[in-house]
Amino acid sequence: MAPKLQLAIYWAAACGGCDVAILDTDEKILNIAEAADIVLWPIAMDFKYEDIYKMEPGSIDVCLFNGAIRTSEQEELAKALRARSKFMIAFGACAAWGGIPSLANLTNREGIFNTVYKETATTINEEDIRPDTNYPGPEGELHLPRIYDRVWSLDQVVDVDYYVPGCPPTPETIWTAILAIVTGNLPPKGTVIGGTKSLCDTCEREKTEKKITQFKRPFEIIADPKKCLLEQGLVCCGPVTRDGCGHRCTNNNMPCRGCYGPSEKVSDQGAKLLNAIASIMDVKDEKSAQELAATWEDPAGTVYRFSLAKSLIYDYKKGGE
Amino acid sequence: MSDNFEPKILGILCNWCSYAGADLAGTSRLKYPANIRIVKVMCSGRVEPTLILKAFQEGADGVLISGCHPGDCHYVDGNIKTLRRTPLVARLLTQIGIEPERFKQVWVSASEGEKFGKIVEQMVEDIKKVGPYQKKMGDQLDVVMHEVAASAKEAAAAEEKGGSNCGS
Repeated sequence: MAPKLQLAIYWAAACGGCDVAILDTDEKILNIAEAADIVLWPIAMDFKYEDIYKMEPGSIDVCLFNGAIRTSEQEELAKALRARSKFMIAFGACAAWGGIPSLANLTNREGIFNTVYKETATTINEEDIRPDTNYPGPEGELHLPRIYDRVWSLDQVVDVDYYVPGCPPTPETIWTAILAIVTGNLPPKGTVIGGTKSLCDTCEREKTEKKITQFKRPFEIIADPKKCLLEQGLVCCGPVTRDGCGHRCTNNNMPCRGCYGPSEKVSDQGAKLLNAIASIMDVKDEKSAQELAATWEDPAGTVYRFSLAKSLIYDYKKGGE
Repeated sequence: MSDNFEPKILGILCNWCSYAGADLAGTSRLKYPANIRIVKVMCSGRVEPTLILKAFQEGADGVLISGCHPGDCHYVDGNIKTLRRTPLVARLLTQIGIEPERFKQVWVSASEGEKFGKIVEQMVEDIKKVGPYQKKMGDQLDVVMHEVAASAKEAAAAEEKGGSNCGS
């Protein structure tokens, strides 16, 4: 029997949903356990950081890294795991494109701290105490990770081999990825394990001429389950989003939120979606364009819900040009 | 900000009206700031937001888009697509922290050389007020903080034992 795959699973700025998604592979989790030794999985088993530092370079075959990078601790762990892993996989939307945490880039550390430690109605913090990285405790000085001014995707911090998209990745996607690794049938570096078309391309809803006369939010209407959601005024990320998710949202009458990231030929998911939406706005003069645009509650948060860290505006390597 | 900041503005002008308008400003020997670099496209309607973001990513301080007046489009309704897009782009840019002064969309016809010069003049003036575009590298502040922390640590290093691996 071939030696077992050494598998590490780590989380950074994430909600834990990606880890749960691995368990969601149901009975296939047993096959995973059969094919792989899990050498690190903080959410499920007890590990210490020193265990990682003791590992030799290349001793981890595959690292499934979920979550974005927003603290010095996460960056350090990402680098430590990269140095010890043969394959680094950005697992889930946060690691791949910043995900929901990267919406924090719409503001900065100062803005976030102000909200959390000062401005929210339920906060009482008269001395204006903020998190500090050093604390002189009785047992000596204690250190906490430093929070960065912006959120980074994994590939802006370390080299990434493959991307597994989704919030969270569907069990099918995860299984495809694991199967590819176990069988050694690997796609070219940088491949996103998912569909190759856009979600719209494979969507079976009825599509006619698209026109938006008013932007609506999902809670405001009960959408017609047969008709294209865009035509009903809901902002659906389908035109620019990669398929492969099994149309879970649109099948349940909810517009696509874009968690499988930009489709193959799209570089900036949000800008491209904004463009697509603008082209179907049913207006012909500047005044009505202004008025219609104003009915869209949160353009940036909608078009970049999962990919703000990889928007061209933010797409730099950390610490580099 | 130093007084000699000269903003770099990327002008994306349509072939049929605005580029000819800018050309007229040149052939009429009008004086207007040299801060604008002009790219000619066939229609302002093809300037998708990705290109605008790309300009800022590459370090432009401002982006000016100009097309034919509504109704005068060489392709009948190309500029209608522009006018639908503009309010959305403007809102997106504001949300992601790019000052409104840095993005402008105007209509300039082939006979409006003078108007074009004035628009550029005004835009340069406005951008000078907000200063150079700061790329969102996110580490300027971090680097400063880091240096401050490091120097404070150095000062206290004499009696300090080694800290943990994380958080410094």
